[in-house]
Amino acid sequence: MATFPRDLQYTREHEWARVEGDVIRVGITAYAVEQLGDVTLVDMPAPGEDVQAHERFGDIESVKAVSELFAPVSGEVVDVNAALESSPELVNEGPYEEGWLITIRPSDQGELAGLMDAAKYEEYLGTLDG
Amino acid sequence: MTELLRETALIDEHLALGARLVPFAGWRMPVQYKGIKAEHGAVRTRAGLFDVSHMGELLIEGPDAVAAVDGLVTNDVSKLEVGQALYTVCCNDDGYILDDLIVYRLEDEKLLVVCNASNRNKIASHFRVHLGNELSFEDISDRWALLALQGPSAAAIMQDVGAPSAVTDLAPFRVCKAEITGVDVWVARTGYTGEDGFEIFCASEESVTVWRALLSAGKPHGLEPIGLGARDTLRLEARLALYGNDIDESTNPYEAGLGWVVKLDRNEFVGRTALRAIKEAGSDRRLVGFEMTGRGIARHGYPIVADGKQVGTVTSGSPGPTVGKNIGLGYVPKALSRIGTALGIEIRGKVVDAVVVRTPFYKR
Repeated sequence: MATFPRDLQYTREHEWARVEGDVIRVGITAYAVEQLGDVTLVDMPAPGEDVQAHERFGDIESVKAVSELFAPVSGEVVDVNAALESSPELVNEGPYEEGWLITIRPSDQGELAGLMDAAKYEEYLGTLDG
Repeated sequence: MTELLRETALIDEHLALGARLVPFAGWRMPVQYKGIKAEHGAVRTRAGLFDVSHMGELLIEGPDAVAAVDGLVTNDVSKLEVGQALYTVCCNDDGYILDDLIVYRLEDEKLLVVCNASNRNKIASHFRVHLGNELSFEDISDRWALLALQGPSAAAIMQDVGAPSAVTDLAPFRVCKAEITGVDVWVARTGYTGEDGFEIFCASEESVTVWRALLSAGKPHGLEPIGLGARDTLRLEARLALYGNDIDESTNPYEAGLGWVVKLDRNEFVGRTALRAIKEAGSDRRLVGFEMTGRGIARHGYPIVADGKQVGTVTSGSPGPTVGKNIGLGYVPKALSRIGTALGIEIRGKVVDAVVVRTPFYKR
């Protein structure tokens, strides 16, 4: 089992969240990337739109299939990774870095506590395989 | 949940190569090794090796083998020479498509029919019922493996693996018997990618030998193992129909753009009367190719819309890695089938622009 960055928090739907000052940066995990294969299109909300924790905020398409993206926390979308419009493969190349998806200004800081840390996420992945 | 899936004789090779395996038509098959885009590119620019041993193979032998198979498919098998292959469909009495097939005349009185894995039992029983007892009929799918070597470097790799010139000189849609690395094989110049290439039939237990020899001879040529994911994008760019997506028992060959494999003016065959009627009446819909002009990827089952209402359904859709566009196939009314016609594809509730384009999307 691969290890996952310790400074991130994780959802059961394989998104990660990183606290950066008063916003939360969101992406998908290396596990999700491996499952998806080549990412070819990412459909995301516009800045200013509201997202709800654990609800769909967009879609990510690989060559083979489409998957839904779920928000780790509720809040307002501050920024969207515009580079993914022309270079969706950044998600494959660096899911925790250039391949980030959106930043959210959380409406309820308490929701972060409901996410998994890296160890818990790795444990959770163990229950999915086999 | 445990699903009972069959595995080809090459399963350990796939696992060793790091393939991701998925269920497909009752088989556990590699969907990708390195990634669909990289594999797609390898086949277009160099070469790829596919394990397609899940495909069905039927052997029909006897003095009337040619006439008997001729009576079961829409294309004219009676004109097949020994060593020649033919693409065809097999229809039911109503003229609707039971499967698409390649018929190989291996010997004077010996035909090989290759069908889709998902249709193997259906086609085997259809043939068994119609062929009667005069002929020897055998479903050899479990005993035979099928490898496909596809791409511009395929012939050079065949040469390097020591295949005789009878193989490297094969014309398209020709088949011959040969020996490759000591293994008896049938090799055909056929494929499902839009590239030059070969399909190699051999006994299942010998397929590992052939697979390894080809991979090793192909290494200097940049040969890669290719999964079903890239097989699908390659065939879509070449506008080769996929049974269960673009054609099935609710589609007839004329509307699917396969009228060219229906030869009506010859001996009687299953579906001929109905097909003649369909041809005379004219189909009111057409399978067209489209590319997305808006931002989105069409997928199988998505509605095709025009003037705010649904006019058809997407049968295949994905990014086309070589054409660099998101492409697809779908049935639309004849009036909307002309090249350049604007269509909408409904993608998760949003209508995204598309346009009917000439196919194949890719031609080598």
